[in-house]
Amino acid sequence: MNLFQDALAWLTDPERSAGPNPLVDRIGEHLWYTLLALVVSALIAIPLGYLIGHTGRGRQLAVLGSGAARALPSLGLLTIFTLLVGVGNAQVAAIAVFVILGVPSILAGAYAGVEAVDRTVVDAARAMGMTETQILFRVEAPLGLPLLLGGLRSAALQIIATAVLAAYVGLGGLGIYIQRGISLRTYDEMLGGAILIVLLALAVDALFAIGERVARRAIGSGPTRSRPRPDRPEPLTTDQQSTLEEIR
Amino acid sequence: MNWVAANLDLIVELTLTHARLSLLPILIGFVIAVPLGAFAWRFRWARGLTLTVVGLLYTIPSLALFVLLPPIIGISFLSELNVTIALSIYAVALMTRSATEALESVDPDVRGAAAAMGYSGWGRFWAVDLPLAGPVLLAGLRVVSVSTVSLVTVGVLVGSRNLGYLFLNGLQRGIVAEIATGIVMTVVIAVVFDLLLALAGRLVMPWTRGADGGRTRRAARRIALTEGPA
Repeated sequence: MNLFQDALAWLTDPERSAGPNPLVDRIGEHLWYTLLALVVSALIAIPLGYLIGHTGRGRQLAVLGSGAARALPSLGLLTIFTLLVGVGNAQVAAIAVFVILGVPSILAGAYAGVEAVDRTVVDAARAMGMTETQILFRVEAPLGLPLLLGGLRSAALQIIATAVLAAYVGLGGLGIYIQRGISLRTYDEMLGGAILIVLLALAVDALFAIGERVARRAIGSGPTRSRPRPDRPEPLTTDQQSTLEEIR
Repeated sequence: MNWVAANLDLIVELTLTHARLSLLPILIGFVIAVPLGAFAWRFRWARGLTLTVVGLLYTIPSLALFVLLPPIIGISFLSELNVTIALSIYAVALMTRSATEALESVDPDVRGAAAAMGYSGWGRFWAVDLPLAGPVLLAGLRVVSVSTVSLVTVGVLVGSRNLGYLFLNGLQRGIVAEIATGIVMTVVIAVVFDLLLALAGRLVMPWTRGADGGRTRRAARRIALTEGPA
């Protein structure tokens, strides 16, 4: 555990705020890349996801996108895009890669959120005379919000993780401490950087978790819970099941 | 293309090593996660804790885990075990959640019918719950497989030799074809693994070929859409 003490000492060293590689700058860079890429991804993915969810057309696209985002190695995309646009424009390359990896999760969240809305609710809205646009924005979008937030959450984590690799194409961010630490064999720096990255990811994750919870509460039980089928009895609760098992 | 022709041996060697490195975490993930997922599904009190812990585990970015793991478990930083264990952790984290959802996707009416026919808890698990959860388990395993194959490449940054080597080397030497080859071969491995898993699924679960239960199909699609570590 001595290594971790060294890492903590490294993190709290006054040099971290004054030296050539101040922590605040690197954290700021990391968050800035993440936010920028997340916003661009959302602008592309949410309208597309709503379109797919509302019309029910193009589902294959959503599934294909998710598969591709998982299969494509982020380090490979980052290096090849950097070479293609030139090392001087590595920032553009990196943001493009973050967006490519961020879009599918958000698209899936937007689409799944709309699709999970009870069809009888949508029919009721239609019967009340709502236009299709009204149905989308006043019924489907609010009810699908928790799942959309879930998609944004996965995308944000994916982007944060990929932004760690951005140091290898010369872009800074928190990955720079790991990159330097590995090449210079400065383990305190390497571990300190890794700890910061984990904390950042956990913090962003927690933020989205709270958002999801608030959204779920705001819309009541939420669209993800399947409605009880009127023609069949409710499934047994765990208590009832164990009682049943005791009787037998 | 000249680069590819001149380096066929290297490409083949790295592809085979990459496939070998990916295999173990996928298997370990499945073997550990199914009992863990079943445990979380069966005992309500264990569920929240288990799912929270696995959820937090795959929040950790891969490079950070590769760096933090060796001092925690006391292995050498450059050991090949490092990448294998880290990726197994992701696989377990991902698969446990899928396994819990898979078992939940089994129609309660069917479980009730099995109980009425006299199945005991344990017998019903093997004969009813597990087979019926199969398609969703398979969907989860396919997600694990594709993500693992892709994540192995990050291991090159901590000294693991795999297709990721082509990314770093290609960047340093400015050879686009080299990086492109690395990406293509990674995807090829992922697709081959995926096809093999799909085939194995058909052999083990011949009943899934035709009409599928709506519940399980929805759960399987949800996993295929949304799960994945970073």
